[in-house]
Formats: sequence, C-alpha cells, structure tokens
Amino acid sequence: MLLKKLNRAMAGVFALALAAPSVALAEDKLSSGDTAWMLAATVLVLFMTIPGLSLFYAGMVRAKNGLSVMMQCFAITAMMTILWAIAGYSIAFGGEGEYWGGLSKLFLAGVGVDSLSGTIPETVFMVFQMTFAIITPALIVGAFAERMKFSAMLVFMAIWLLVVYAPIAHWVWGDGGWLGGKGILDFAGGTVVHINAGIAGLVAALVMGRRKGYPGTPMMPHNLMFTVVGAGMLWVGWFGFNAGSELAADGVAGMAMAVTQIATAAAALTWMFAEWIAHGKPSVLGIASGAVAGLVAITPASGAVGPMGAIAVGAASGLGCFIAAVKLKKMFGYDDSLDAFGVHGVGGIIGALLTGVFCAPSLGGAGFGDGISSIAGQVSVQALGIGATLVYTGVVTFIILKVLDLVMGLRVTEEQESEGLDLALHDERAYIL
Amino acid sequence: MKIVSAIIKPFKLDDVRQALSEVGVSGITVSEVKGFGRQKGHTELYRGAEYVVDFLPKMKLEVAVAADKLDSVLDAITESAKTGKIGDGKIFVTDLEQVIRIRTGETGVDAL
Repeated sequence: MLLKKLNRAMAGVFALALAAPSVALAEDKLSSGDTAWMLAATVLVLFMTIPGLSLFYAGMVRAKNGLSVMMQCFAITAMMTILWAIAGYSIAFGGEGEYWGGLSKLFLAGVGVDSLSGTIPETVFMVFQMTFAIITPALIVGAFAERMKFSAMLVFMAIWLLVVYAPIAHWVWGDGGWLGGKGILDFAGGTVVHINAGIAGLVAALVMGRRKGYPGTPMMPHNLMFTVVGAGMLWVGWFGFNAGSELAADGVAGMAMAVTQIATAAAALTWMFAEWIAHGKPSVLGIASGAVAGLVAITPASGAVGPMGAIAVGAASGLGCFIAAVKLKKMFGYDDSLDAFGVHGVGGIIGALLTGVFCAPSLGGAGFGDGISSIAGQVSVQALGIGATLVYTGVVTFIILKVLDLVMGLRVTEEQESEGLDLALHDERAYIL
Repeated sequence: MKIVSAIIKPFKLDDVRQALSEVGVSGITVSEVKGFGRQKGHTELYRGAEYVVDFLPKMKLEVAVAADKLDSVLDAITESAKTGKIGDGKIFVTDLEQVIRIRTGETGVDAL
C-alpha cells in the first residue's frame, strides 16, 4: 500500500520534472494575444493624456488659459517620451537594484525588435510604461494651472521624471524594488502615479502660492463640456491603464476591467449624491470628478479586489475625494487649482489602503502580497508605500521647485497672469469668435 | 424723432419684435448685454466654490421712431415685454437729431 503510494508520488514528481522545462519555455515565448492587447492598451493610456486629461483640465480653467493647459500636456507628452526612452526606462526597469534599475538600458540598449518582456515584446512594455511616465507628470499640471512659467515647467518635469517618478516606479514594479519586495499591492499605479502626482501637486501649489485673486475672484470653469468629454475619455482609456497592467490578455485583465468599471460607477454616483445632499443640486462637474476619483482609487486595487470590493473602494473614494476637494481645500486655503491632490492624492491613498483590505479572499479578493497573510499585514505594507512616497516625493519635489525658483523663477508675472497665459506665453488665443 | 432703447429679458425678444411690427416699425437693432437693476443674480457652484453672478444676460433693442409713433411704440414694447416679475427691464427715450439712409441718401423722417 505504502509502496504503491510512493510509486505514484515518484511518477508525479517525474512528470512534473519533464513538464517543468516546457513550462519555463512557454513563459518566455511571445504571445500574440497578449501582445495585441498590450499594443491596444498602450494606445488607450496615451489617449488618456492626449486628449483626455488635457480636455478635462482645460475645460476647468478660464478661457484665457485654456491653450496653456493643452500646451503643457502636449509638451509633457513629447518630452517624457524622449526622456523615458533615453534614461527613464532604464532607471525604472533596467536592472535589479533595491532603489533604482540602474543605467544598463540607457538609450534603450539591448531593447531590440526581438527582445521580450514576459510574453510581449520589450518595446511594447517600454512604451506602455512610457504612457504612465507621461500621464503622471501631466496630472501635476492641475495643481499649478494658470500661473506657472512654461519654461520652468519643462525643466521641472524633466528632472522630476528622472529623479522622482522613475525611481518610485522601480521601488514598486521593478525587479528587486524594495516596496515590491515587501509585498505591496499596487497593480496599476496608486502610489507610483496618483499619490506621487498628488503630493507633488500639493507641494507645487504651496510653493508657488495661490493664483492672483484667489479665492475671492470668480474663476469658473470656462467649458465644462470639455471637462465631461475629457472625463469620458479618461474612463474609457483607463481600461488600458488598469487591465493593461496585467501585461497579458487573461482572466486577471478581465477582472481588472470589471472592477474598474464598477468602482468608477460607484464613485460617480457617490459624489453626485453627496453633492446633491450637501448643496441641493447634483452637478456635472461633480459626477465627472466622482468618476475620476473612482478610477484613481481602483488603480492600485484592480488586480486584487473583487467586484463587490470594487463597489466599496469606489464609494469610499467618491465620498473621500468629495470632502477633500470641496471642504478640505476651502478649510486650509491652498490653491490646488484643479484638485490634483484632492482627487489623485486623496483617491490614491484611499485606494491604496482599501486594496489592503479588499484583497483578502474572505472579501472576494485575489489574495495578499508575497509573504503577507492578513489584512493588517497588507494594510501596513500599503501604508509603508504611501508614507515612503509621501516623504520622498514631497521632499524631492520641494527641493527641485525651490532650486528652480532661485535659478529661473517659477511663476509668471502678475501682468501675464492677468492677461492670460495663452496670450502672454504663447501669443495665441483659444477662441477667436 | 426719437431713439427708443429698451432693455428686456432675452426670452421676450420674439414677442416684442412681433408687437413692434404690428405698430408699423420695420427696423430694429438688437444687442446682447449684461446688467442688473433690482433683480438679484444667481449662484453657481463648482466643486464647492460658490460664485454669485450679479450680471444677468439681457437684450437691448434700439428703434428710431418718428415723434408721432412714439406712444404706440412705447405701449407695444411695454405690453409685450412685461412678465410682472422683477427684471422686466426699462425703456429709455432720447432725442434723435439726424437720420440718413446710406443706400439712397434720404434724410429725416423719410429715412426711418
């Protein structure tokens, strides 16, 4: 009896040993299904910035500054592309350091037509990640809208990409990255993208100061049609952001799509109802902002939570970001013009923490990070990630801004600010009616 | 000759235009203006930031009339533009010194 069992066990082990090499080989083979999806996902994420975020933001500023926002986002897109290709990709994904990926892939060395990253071409992985490196700085634009010098913005963003974004991306997603090693769950960039941009935005808003006339002078969104159109584009594009972060066309991507849709809807409704109760009428800016708050919060959670958990994540973010953007900002008096911190920072923090809760299998989730076995354990790692990002981004962003302010000045003159950046900085008007 | 300038609520424009053509006025000039009198503005709300908008959109009509038509024109405008609520507007009457029809060179009442 025992011998038979042993024999069967041996046969099993033998079969596994035979199968193992072919399993290993399959992982390194190009999957055309995965590649096709990732090509599409990359395009969707680029669409999120140009023109999704661009329109979302441009509609919220005054008409005299509309073009300046479009210009900032477009220029960031172009500049981050080149910088990522030259150095950013290597710093984030070039190697196995704890704190950065090194310089071995500088100038995309070794990344050729046939290079693979998992089951997709490395070129596709590189460009997919590039679109993240594009949208993260673009998010910060919301904090300093209507008052930053275009030249200073370009220099700031170039430095920020290489010194803040790429290292943090490595900490979480890079091989050997220290936060990833601790079991942090950040599927598509709650910390790397949203908390990062949100904190940087808050620091920028505080360093640069409030817009002239804020908060007494009316500064109404000049075209909410654009803002809602932009929000729709963000919602659609975000499927590339979240489902694409699986880097494969499989069940996890499918679940990421499902939870993304559900959380976003929950958040949109929550903000809408919260505003309806608090102010008496629901607003379109509110429901659009709520949707974005949900998208932000589900970002880190999209690989770990289930559909019901997604409702909770979305609702929490819809309410939390509503309070942050509408009440907190007024209370503290800082001019985070388009709520980069209120929506992306706060939403990212809510999402990152709740990921630690709703990843639990008992709550319908996909399970904890490596080496973790409880909600408390996971939430503490999530908190570590949040704290590390907060401190690093906060401090380094502050330093970069202060130095640039000394060297070249960050803000436009009062006269330029009154005239409007479109004419003052670009000699153009958005609307010649 | 007189110039009659009337500030009215925008949605009343068609009614006033109709009333004026019924009393024989064949030409008017209309401009979109903003203003307030006793009518309160409204409040707009954007992500918690409340703005009181004092200036309300109005329509300004200008009609040049011969002195003998003045009363019927004033009555026509007043009747058709009235809603009975605050913000109905005002009519201003000023003297008109000279009128010239550009195409033909006619002047005075012939040009009206």
